[in-house]
Order: sequence, then structure tokens, then C-alpha cells
Amino acid sequence: MNNSMIIGQYVPGNSLIHRLDPRTKITIIFFFVFIVFFANNLVSYTILTVFALSSMFISRVPIRFILKGLTPVWFLIVFTFILHLFVTKEGTVFFDLYLFQFYTGGLIQGIAISMRFFLLILMTSMLTLTTTPIEITDAIEDMLHPLKKVKFPVHELALMMSISLRFIPTLMQETDKISKAQASRGVDFRTGPIKERAKAVVPLLVPLFVSAFKRAEELAMAMEARGYQGGEGRTKLRELKIEKRDILVYLLFACAIAGLFLTRNY
Amino acid sequence: MRKKIIEFRNVSFRYGDEQPWVLRNVSFDVYEKEWLAIIGHNGSGKSTIAKLMNGLLFPQEGEIIIDGQQVNDESIWSIRRDVGMVFQNPDNQFVGTTVQDDVAFGMENRGIPREEMIKRINETLSAVGMQEYHMTEPHRLSGGQKQRVAIASVLAISPKVLILDEATAMLDPKGRTEIMSTVSEVQDKNDLSLITITHDLHEVVQAERVIVMNNGEIWDEAVPREIFAKKDELRKIGLDVPFVTILADELNAAGINIEREPLNQEELLEGLWTLHSRT
Repeated sequence: MNNSMIIGQYVPGNSLIHRLDPRTKITIIFFFVFIVFFANNLVSYTILTVFALSSMFISRVPIRFILKGLTPVWFLIVFTFILHLFVTKEGTVFFDLYLFQFYTGGLIQGIAISMRFFLLILMTSMLTLTTTPIEITDAIEDMLHPLKKVKFPVHELALMMSISLRFIPTLMQETDKISKAQASRGVDFRTGPIKERAKAVVPLLVPLFVSAFKRAEELAMAMEARGYQGGEGRTKLRELKIEKRDILVYLLFACAIAGLFLTRNY
Repeated sequence: MRKKIIEFRNVSFRYGDEQPWVLRNVSFDVYEKEWLAIIGHNGSGKSTIAKLMNGLLFPQEGEIIIDGQQVNDESIWSIRRDVGMVFQNPDNQFVGTTVQDDVAFGMENRGIPREEMIKRINETLSAVGMQEYHMTEPHRLSGGQKQRVAIASVLAISPKVLILDEATAMLDPKGRTEIMSTVSEVQDKNDLSLITITHDLHEVVQAERVIVMNNGEIWDEAVPREIFAKKDELRKIGLDVPFVTILADELNAAGINIEREPLNQEELLEGLWTLHSRT
């Protein structure tokens, strides 16, 4: 099994963005997703783009990882651009192609909407590229903490997430082992019609499920033996702390928002 | 006489009312700072004993007293602080996403402050020689390394008793030796009672006392050397006798009489030299 396997998209690093509190990152991205829709002219778009691109450069995540994150949405970005180009009939005609007239309004609208998509994807993938899944889990546990008052099982949810993350590589290794074992018994996973291949998955899934249940039972027993009795009175080793850098980033983001609302058209 | 830390008094156990008895009228004591080995073939009830000591199971008859407390629903949480356990499967007892998170898990459950946790993580990980791996994820560790982390996480809560329930059964020979030497080192340094549960006679050699289980009953209780002398009976109850013991047996049959029952190769060799220098 591949030993350099990394869960999710996380790219290890030690940049300012990497070291930010995960709660800061989640909060900023949450609001960024909203304010992207308020940008409506060149200056306001530029402010947001500068903010997104500078965070990208500060993170020092290699461009190819960012492009990899964008691949599934390239089609969407291009499609919306073309759609706007064809459908919007505002402004002056700048190109005439027999049946179709392309308007400047359509071109601008197309660029703007595609840009919006691009910024959204870029910022959200900045979160997953610079934050380990377990940090995100911790942040979610902390941010959902108020929901405990309404009996929402916040701690249990976070523990479930962190145990799932811990067992993903283990179960992947096991899947690999089982598929090799079944292949050696003549199960064919790679050729044949789709129906046959789907059937071939059954002898892979059944042992995997059986062993996953057995693991769960043993894990529960081991956790109990180690004194686990729910979230009450538990302390935590991993600590989240708001540092000066977090406040600085919040301030910068506030400036960007202020700039956006000052420059956008009303 | 040393202080008793665990007492089993006429303990009987079965998994359900219709099920056969797994343990029948079992009584024994474990003393402070002692190394006790419990050995038996599969289904002899030895793992059940481990789970009873930790309050994971409760006996139907008889009572179990741990450090003066009877095991029951109220006392299990303080008993689990005193009795730490390492299980067989290295993967299925690793809760944390990294080594240090796993060692912290038991301490987090007990509400130990963070600074104290960091201190103890360092101490226990270096005690088992896993210090440099503190940020490693479990899937990058070998079975033996995972078991050493499991030992560290038990040590972190400074228990009075450490139980290894077939903790080496799923490891390769190298991992097995690693664990056994880690364990004996750890026992030397801490004031621990150590209970190793196994079906492998090799692992009882270092113990001070051995309890042999057969069909839910105590079959014998003695020091390792006495146990090894009963090789024929051991074979009858389904235990593998180590090669050195068989060899010594054959030598005896061939007229070469070694005085002491050898526990390992060195002792056999020494016995042979003694014999050689006499003749």
C-alpha cells in the first residue's frame, strides 16, 4: 500500500495560512462565500481576487495541487461563461456570427460569474489544502459547542469523525488485501461488462463489512477499558488558540469587506 | 508476604444463562509488583479472566476484589484507573489519529490537565522507545510499534496492574521480542503488577509465577520451571512445549541427565557444560 497516502487534500506546510487557527479559516471562508455575491464591478472583484490570490501565495501550496482541486469544476466555470455569452443580450454587439450576436454585456456577465465560481472554489480548497482533517474536526466541535445546550451530541459527532479519519487508511489497506485475496481465487474486478464487475464487488464488500464490525466491537471494548465514559469531564490534548496572527487576518479580511462595500455599485 | 492487589474468590462466569460455564470456581491472588503469567489453550477462559479484572465483564458467582475494592458497577471507573489493559489486535485499540493523540486518549477520559498530559506523553513514549514517532499516524507503524504505543497509553495513567491479553499473538517474532523486552523493562522501572495472558509457553519463562488454565478451571499454579517439567501433561491439554524443553527431554531419554529443567537455550547449554566438566 502506498505509504505516502494522505487523507483528503492536505498539503503539509508551515506557512501563515497553515498555522492559522482552523476556526479562523472556517469563519473567513464562510463569510467570503456570502460576500462574493456582493461584488458587481471591476474594483470590487479585484479586491476579492487580490485577497484570494494573496492567501494562495502566502500558503505556498504548489499551483498544481490547487489546479487539481479545480479540475472537477472547470467544466462548470466554462459552461456558465458560454451560457452567459449566448443568452445575455445587453450592451452593443461586438461580434456577429450569422445566427448569433454576441453582446458586450454577455461577455462581461460571463466573466463575472465565472470569476465568482473560481474565487469560491479557490477559497474553499485553501481550507482543505492547508488544514488537516483532524484540525477541521476540532474546529467544528468547538464551533458547534453552543448546540450542546439543545442536547445536540457535539462531542460524540466529533469523536465519530476523528475515529472515521483514523480508520480510513486501515480499511483501505484491508480492502487492498481482500481484493488481492479474492483475485487470487479467480474474482475478476477489471474486465467484463459493468453488471459482472458490479457483482464482483460483493465478495469484496462482505468480508470488509464483517471485519469492520468486528473492529468496531473491539475498539469499543478497548475504549471502555481505557476509561472512556462520554464527553463529560474530558480534557483535550489538541488545543485551539486564537493568536495575534488570527486577529491580523480577521482585520485584513474586514478591510477587504469594507473596501468591497465602498466600491461596489448600488 | 506481599500485599494482595487482585483477589479472585470462587469466581464463575458464563456469557448467557443457557451457555456453558467459561470459568468454574476460580480462586487466585495477584500480589503487588509481581509478574504473573496465565496460560491456556484457546477457550480455556484465560481472556475472560482479563476482562473480569477490568470490569468489562461481571461474574455470575463469586467476587473479585481489586486493591480493596469489589468490582461492581460503581467501582469500575476507579478500577479501570488501576488496571490497564493491552489487547490482542494492535489496530483495533488505536483510537487516536497520531501516536501522541492515542497516548492522550486515556488521560483525556480522566480529565488530566493538558500540561500534565504533555509531560506524561513524553515520559511514557520514551519509556517504550517510541519518542521519535509521537506525530506518526497509526498506518505507518508496525504491529510491534502499535503495541508499544498501547503499552505507553496504559502507563500514562500510572496503573497498579498492567494486563497483556495475548498482546503478542498477532506480531511477528521480532515484534514479539520487542514487546517482551519493553514489558520487562517497564515493570522494572515502575511499581507494577504485570499479568501476561498467553497460549505460548515461551512467554511465561520470565514470569515469577504461572497459572495454567484448562476448561475454565485452574489446572496448575507454580513457578515456570515446575510447569515446564510437566511437559507431557501440558501437551495433553493442548499447549505447545518449547523446543528447548523437548530437546532436554530427548537428551534425558538418551542418557544425558541435565540437572535443572532448562528454560531457554543458555540454560540448556550451561547444563550441558556442567555435565561435561563433571565427566
